[in-house]
Amino acid sequence: MTGARDGFPARWRVGIAALLLAAALAAPFLFYPVFLMQALCFALFACAFNLLIGYVGLLSFGHAAFMGSAAYITAYTVKAWGFEPLTGILAGTAVAALLGAVFGWLAIRRQGIYFAMVTLALAQMIYFIAVEAKFTGGEDGIQAVPRGHLLGVVDLNHSLPMYYFVLAVFLGGYALVYRTIHSPFGQVLKAIRENEPRAISLGYRTERYKLLAFTLSATLAGLAGATKALVFQLASLTDVTWQMSGEVVLMTLLGGLGTEFGPVVGAFIDVTMENYLASWGSWVTVIQGVIFVFCVLLFRRGVVGEIVDLARRFAPGRTEAPPPATVAQTAPGE
Amino acid sequence: MHRPPAEGCALDDVILETQGLTKEFAGFTAVSGVDLKVRRGTIHALIGPNGAGKTTVFNLLTKFLEPTAGKIVYGGRDITALRAPEVARLGMVRSFQISAVFPHLSVRENVRIALQRPLGTSFQFWRSERCLDALNPRADALIAAVGLADDRQSTAAELPYGRKRALEIATTLALEPELLLLDEPMAGLGHEDIGRIAGLIREIARSRTVLMVEHNLSVVADLSDIITVLTRGRVLAEGSYAQVSGNAEVREAYMGTGAVAGHA
Ligand SMILES: Nc1ncnc2c1ncn2[C@@H]1O[C@H](COP(=O)(O)OP(=O)(O)OP(=O)(O)O)[C@@H](O)[C@H]1O
Ligand SMILES: [Mg+2]
Repeated sequence: MTGARDGFPARWRVGIAALLLAAALAAPFLFYPVFLMQALCFALFACAFNLLIGYVGLLSFGHAAFMGSAAYITAYTVKAWGFEPLTGILAGTAVAALLGAVFGWLAIRRQGIYFAMVTLALAQMIYFIAVEAKFTGGEDGIQAVPRGHLLGVVDLNHSLPMYYFVLAVFLGGYALVYRTIHSPFGQVLKAIRENEPRAISLGYRTERYKLLAFTLSATLAGLAGATKALVFQLASLTDVTWQMSGEVVLMTLLGGLGTEFGPVVGAFIDVTMENYLASWGSWVTVIQGVIFVFCVLLFRRGVVGEIVDLARRFAPGRTEAPPPATVAQTAPGE
Repeated sequence: MHRPPAEGCALDDVILETQGLTKEFAGFTAVSGVDLKVRRGTIHALIGPNGAGKTTVFNLLTKFLEPTAGKIVYGGRDITALRAPEVARLGMVRSFQISAVFPHLSVRENVRIALQRPLGTSFQFWRSERCLDALNPRADALIAAVGLADDRQSTAAELPYGRKRALEIATTLALEPELLLLDEPMAGLGHEDIGRIAGLIREIARSRTVLMVEHNLSVVADLSDIITVLTRGRVLAEGSYAQVSGNAEVREAYMGTGAVAGHA
């Protein structure tokens, strides 16, 4: 019941999921693995972000802080302390979770644009620390991070094992997001998104739910950043800039805000553009901007949002689709 | 009036009491020294012209706003310092002037949101929402009780306005509140819906207390045991419909619309 309203009819979903999984398993034989891994990391990042904007209605403009700090911690612990890769990733993710709990606690009492501003300000503090602190390596970042052997066994320096490892991390993260959305907790989140005063009047202490959602989102953003640090063997300032926080907003909008799979599609489109347009130099940003504006005007619900809408219209026995989730919906009531 | 007003009742019959309840907004006093006593088991109406401060009183009682001064006692307990969710947990649950459903959830899911909180599973993000299916029989019973049995799979946003209000009441009732605060339950409803909701409120009041803001005076006359008239944030009069509608000041406050007297 809920699943169908949120996406495709159930039997389509299973088929599509199976196809996508097969494609993901075969992909490294057809495409450049580093490109795929980069896209998977960003996809996870965007899913984490979407959990917050799409299902709680909170626009964070500081998610790079979680991605970036996890990347730094993982890179540092693996390189300087010789952590095993999985342990390094867990260390980075744990720090992002902690940071998420603190930032969330500071930000969730604010509404709308003020929430975005507080998250941005806090994220800028992380950027400042990344520039100034010694262990982050300043402008150079932490380079030549060894990928090492997963659990001391699997050599991640080969691109195939590394790819399947990243795919597994992504699937794990995606599964957690999916489960969260379709959990008792997820139901309360949707209620808060739809009408927070009403949720309060039913006795829900909504800040606590928002804080948990924020922390989960930060944790998964951290997982994405930590994994990315191993993929590129690098943690750098790029990962903690406000531009990175903005990029994840774009990916999510592009793919479809509040759709389960939209952020993944958005991330793949974004990473593909970046890679194929790389030869255009500084024009990349301009072209990306134009494509973005074009997409948003053409697909107002995002790519996946539009497809889901079409599928719903042609699926027999479905009634009219509810309007898509939008940023404006953070306002309570109708 | 349907029941004799509780006469000579002991102090513990008062479920809700305010003393000197006051709210100032940047120098403007919206609610000023309101003393209100709501007796258990009654339908108590709060009426007054637009801007009188009725919704503000509701917001203060349910702690959606902090009182500038005054005290709120609910069920013998001072709740002035509590926060909104805590007030709801004690059994005083409000509705809103504008219908407040969760528009993209189904009718059944709307009611389940209220039912699920006492389960204590609401933070469990690792469990499937299927564990909430155990709530369906209770949800469906509540939905049927407000006459929405045929709509339970519909998305709340698709319901006509009158049915949204009924859904709202079902959701509120799911919490088993002792005291319901209804802010203009009839606003925007057609004749038929008004009859339905009025019947529902009467039904509810058999086992619960209702404090209701309402502009529709025939509904007020029909349903309420006692009426408090508010103007400019102050209590102007209180009593039965006959007493209140006979009050010259009340007629004055309603600017000679004649509406008050019309139903006496
Ligand atoms: N948050 C607020 N900030 C400033 N003024 C407010 C606020 N809320 C209400 N007011 C003012 O307080 C007064 C009382 O408003 P309130 O909404 O309580 O009236 P009401 O009796 O419910 O009216 P209506 O019948 O139109 O719903 C109004 O003048 C209103 O403008
Ligand atoms: Mg009002």
